[in-house]
Amino acid sequence: MIETTEPRPAAPALAGRPPAALSLLRRLGAVRPAYWVLILLLVAITVASPAFLEPNGYMNFLRRAAPLVILAAGQLFVIVVGGFDLSVGSLITLVVMAASLLIQGDPAQTWWVIALLYAIGLAVGLVNGLVVSWLKVPSIIATLGALLSLKGIALAWSGGSPQGYLPDNFRDFGRLTWRGIPGIDLLPLAVIVMIVTVAILWWLMHGTVLGRLLLAVGDNPRAAELAGTRVRLVRTIAFVVSALSAVTAGILLGGFAGVSTNVGDGYELQAIAAIVIGGAQLLGGRGTVPGAVAGALSLAALFTLLNLIGLPKPLRDAAQGLILIGAVGWSVWRRRRGGA
Amino acid sequence: MRIGMMIGAAALLAVAVGGAARAQSFDDPKEFAAQRAMMSEKAEGPADKPWEQHIGGGMVDTAKYKKPGPYKLCFSNAGVGNPWRVVGWLTMQAEVDIHKGDIASFTVADAEGKDDKQISDIKAMLASGKCDVLIVSPNTTAALTPAVEEACKQVPVIIFDRGVLTDCPVTVVKPIGGYAFGIAAADYIAANVPKGGKVLALRILPGVDVLENRWAAAKRILDEKGIQVVGVEFTDGDRAKTKSIVEDYLTRTGKLDAVWMDAGATSVAAIEAFEDQGMAVPIVTGEDQQDFLQKWKQSGMKAVAPTYPTYQWRTAVIAALRVLKGEAVPGPAWSLPQPTITAENLDKYVNAKMPPLHYAMCGCEGMPDYPQRWTGK
Repeated sequence: MIETTEPRPAAPALAGRPPAALSLLRRLGAVRPAYWVLILLLVAITVASPAFLEPNGYMNFLRRAAPLVILAAGQLFVIVVGGFDLSVGSLITLVVMAASLLIQGDPAQTWWVIALLYAIGLAVGLVNGLVVSWLKVPSIIATLGALLSLKGIALAWSGGSPQGYLPDNFRDFGRLTWRGIPGIDLLPLAVIVMIVTVAILWWLMHGTVLGRLLLAVGDNPRAAELAGTRVRLVRTIAFVVSALSAVTAGILLGGFAGVSTNVGDGYELQAIAAIVIGGAQLLGGRGTVPGAVAGALSLAALFTLLNLIGLPKPLRDAAQGLILIGAVGWSVWRRRRGGA
Repeated sequence: MRIGMMIGAAALLAVAVGGAARAQSFDDPKEFAAQRAMMSEKAEGPADKPWEQHIGGGMVDTAKYKKPGPYKLCFSNAGVGNPWRVVGWLTMQAEVDIHKGDIASFTVADAEGKDDKQISDIKAMLASGKCDVLIVSPNTTAALTPAVEEACKQVPVIIFDRGVLTDCPVTVVKPIGGYAFGIAAADYIAANVPKGGKVLALRILPGVDVLENRWAAAKRILDEKGIQVVGVEFTDGDRAKTKSIVEDYLTRTGKLDAVWMDAGATSVAAIEAFEDQGMAVPIVTGEDQQDFLQKWKQSGMKAVAPTYPTYQWRTAVIAALRVLKGEAVPGPAWSLPQPTITAENLDKYVNAKMPPLHYAMCGCEGMPDYPQRWTGK
């Protein structure tokens, strides 16, 4: 994929216009559509329910969006190298079921089980990465297989229905909120987890060599390989990052709502949709962590807005689909026109 | 702006379509009245064994099915895809163990929630010749009817849980019904929430007859009392979704006086939504799941738990054996008592030693291997 990154020579043609207004317009135009979509949705939510502007409103929103934000930021690594990771939803199910089966309500077990959950995530990411990189199975197939097997393992292990329960210190990741904090009043633990995770992923993608290698491999694997990049290793790392972020999302979701066999269902597609709204390119080579985060927040805002407006479920699904297509269409159209 | 217009248009459309297309078929005033009457009727049979009791209805003569034992039982199960069915299935296996002397074999096919699999399961079991009697828990009503009719020609058939559209089975075992469930929960709300109070109704999914009946009954009662139903939402039985919906309604309406639920699986999630906002928990209705009963007891909240007792899985086996022994059974519908758990009898059912998703109304406490069989240990 070859793209021009030089600024467009548009200024001379418009030389007669007042420069201040022009530069403002241009600057507004340069803001990614994801942010516009997010701002529009947030304004709409505020109109539908002014209580959203109070700490209770927006902190709850962030707390609920946290799992999807983390998942999208992790999935971005795989998308950027030109793959898909469909296994994350099932991995979340497995994480929550495994946590409840292993902890059995005993708070003393929580910490080693969380360590084990990350080990499971590491293993799943490695297997996905190895199958894609060395067996050359297309990632959409490899991770679809993983989706089915992980779900199957989770259901077989638990006997098909939720067993055991999660103690309060595990549930805290999704439920604990500190109150009475100066300035913001409320601070949910899940929001802190989200900020820390996103900061780490942002640094990995935009502050390290790894990030540049990921983009290079996604842009043109052959060229990257000729330039001496260890393409297979880079791809595998991307799948590991995605799986580990899914474990984090799973811990938050299990904390938020407790044990159920359908936790995580559909999250893989939501994460991918969020990334596309965020301006990343499917099939690789382009994408940013802030974009993915904005995309995920937009999606969460959309769900919240549709809940608030109170449309019946079928129309809500239809509206959701239309808005998704609209947002992504806008991104693509804008890019083709030659923007960022 | 455009998004706003689109949503506005969609909303108008929704109101128009929703108003016109509301089906009446799931809201039958006669059936509502009949089930309400049954709720206060005294059950016949041993009081300490509700799974052997029946309310109203006649007896069916089964002399023509009489044959010497031990018997070969066959069971076509719709699936074990939710905790209610898991508890029921464990209870049924225990019932079979109780009658070891009478039962030569117990052949089971799990349809995994698929109509086509259940139809071929039934055919295969009958063709194997290993069935003196066939017990069916149908996956869906209409789809399974022809297969059940076919089976009736070969062996006596016992249906339980969901129904079929034929009267060929010897008897159909079921609790009083969906209306009674909805009535029990809505009556409690109507008695404890003032006129004009705000109630959120949470349902699992649309289109299942027993669930539609639950809501139809509740809506009738809440409307009569003048209680405002601020929303009716489908949760898909998903705890996270349930919690989010309740939080959104709290943001939107400021306060709720009660949450009515058509099934208890996500009641605890609804309660947690209030807790996490630092709000007092209002009335939340549930079911006989231990996690809900324990939460209710700990918090001292106001609640009620209608039940759809899992002990009906015992009754199906008992009915099958009676039919083969030529003993009369209640029929053509064997309506079991459908108790409601209230603050007064809560202590009798709450049991912290059982798993959170165990259903208290299993009637399994005196059965072989209790409680290990149900705790999964």
